[in-house]
Amino acid sequence: MKKIIGTETEFGIILKGEGRSDAVTNSMFLVNSYPDVLSSAPLWDYENENPLIDARGFQADGERERPGSEYNRLLNKLLVNGGRFYVDGAHPEYSTPECADPKELVLYEKAGERILALSVEFANRRKRGEAAFSIYKNNSDHKGNSYGYHENYLVDRAVSFDKLSAQLIPFLVTRQIFTGSGKVGSDLKNDNTPYQISQRSDFFEVLIDLNTMVKRPIINTRDEPHSDPKRFRRLHVIVGDANMSEITTYLKVGTMSLVLTMIEEGREVSGVGLDDPVRSIKEISRDLTLKEKVRLKSGLAWSAIEIQRAYLEAAERHFEQSADPITEEILQRWRSVLDRLAEDPKLLSREIDWVIKQELISSYMQRKGCGWKDPRVAMMDIQYHDVVSEKGLYYALERSNHVDRLLTDDAILRACETPPESTRAYFRGTCLKKFSKEIHAASWTSILFNVGDGAVKKVPLMDPMKGNKEGVGRILEKAKTVEELLTLLAG
Amino acid sequence: MSKQVKKETKKDPNKKEEVVSNPETTKKGEKLKEDMDKLMDEIDDVLEENAEEFVKNYVQKGGQ
Repeated sequence: MKKIIGTETEFGIILKGEGRSDAVTNSMFLVNSYPDVLSSAPLWDYENENPLIDARGFQADGERERPGSEYNRLLNKLLVNGGRFYVDGAHPEYSTPECADPKELVLYEKAGERILALSVEFANRRKRGEAAFSIYKNNSDHKGNSYGYHENYLVDRAVSFDKLSAQLIPFLVTRQIFTGSGKVGSDLKNDNTPYQISQRSDFFEVLIDLNTMVKRPIINTRDEPHSDPKRFRRLHVIVGDANMSEITTYLKVGTMSLVLTMIEEGREVSGVGLDDPVRSIKEISRDLTLKEKVRLKSGLAWSAIEIQRAYLEAAERHFEQSADPITEEILQRWRSVLDRLAEDPKLLSREIDWVIKQELISSYMQRKGCGWKDPRVAMMDIQYHDVVSEKGLYYALERSNHVDRLLTDDAILRACETPPESTRAYFRGTCLKKFSKEIHAASWTSILFNVGDGAVKKVPLMDPMKGNKEGVGRILEKAKTVEELLTLLAG
Repeated sequence: MSKQVKKETKKDPNKKEEVVSNPETTKKGEKLKEDMDKLMDEIDDVLEENAEEFVKNYVQKGGQ
């Protein structure tokens, strides 16, 4: 399977012990505590960025972000793994480099957790023990505020956006049964839900729109391809939870990649259109038995598992002749997870975040004789997502072998320092490592080299698949200087 | 060892309690409980000290 994928994670941030402090300053302090050897001082090149273009064919009003040089450096760290560590609004955010398949994506997303944890370590040292940061890879403060986790998939521009949306809505609304991170309580008013499947589902109010911060839509129409707009779109999926479990993340991006490939290749799943998706997404999040049914447009009522099975079966048929090992593995896991969810969700207590968290908290409540309203339970819900290994409850489960894994710690650490070899991120990351001082600015689609006398030369990276190790590995190895590099690239 | 246990159960199939007293199962159960106790202790150790205060003050600005 070849699918270009990247994710962006906004992290929750708290600084304890400093009295009044604001989240923007704190985020900036954290991002700028990340060691320079692993990142780089060039500017982030905003030239090709425009999040106001709508896939429905117009441009929304609003200011495009164009910070001055000094501020730009404070907001952005370009990572030698090809990713970006930056301040977005009032949160620290990590974007993975472009990855070429779901497994690679999981590796680089997990690397992001280590990058944040290392920043916390250095930031706390700079605070000399007088104040301490905590960083959470979750999506809700349980007081009605959400911060996002966005998946990005490169999709063939030839597929119409309307068709894409219609095919994806039932899938995205129901996939939370195996992609949810679990949440104690609710972010809706007058709602006594003790525990629900998704961190994020409470925050979706409309079906399709450009917004990401208010009135969030299930389908986001941002049309900012970070590549050749004639060939590609970048589908910006804002409806998912940030996960801690490697397997949950793998299933989330893996199944989505299969569904998108099917749609691109003309296969359709019919008869699963939802009567009221915005309502269903919240209902499904609250049904821990997974037995309840939601209404379809057809008048029938299906469970989330039944709807997911319709997509799975279509995928099994579609990839019957062409399944490579990763496709095969995702299909198998997808089927096995749905079967076990149907039998008893508890069977997923080593693989799926919302079940892992529910089982952990239930065991704790049983031993302590407390209930869902106990503040220690609310604390566990937050601390499950702490990125610092000694504090994070997910990591405690990992250490004591209570959860299944896909990756090794060594591989994750390596992914903090090395770009993927499969995409243009290889060129970006390697250049940042090798020619850090000669780079003026970089972005997803370009690198701007200082070539002397104040002149800057731009190398465009408009195709995410070009600039990989196969294509430019030898050139990057051979070139001793930027001048040589540019000559070799031109030849 | 498991063979022996099987034999014993065969000898007297009506005595269901014997299955429960299978030393391996008991051992496994004890191990699980021990693991869980250890994990719960670890959670108590790492959980923010004043959970109520912390949770109350955990307020984030809305993001994307």
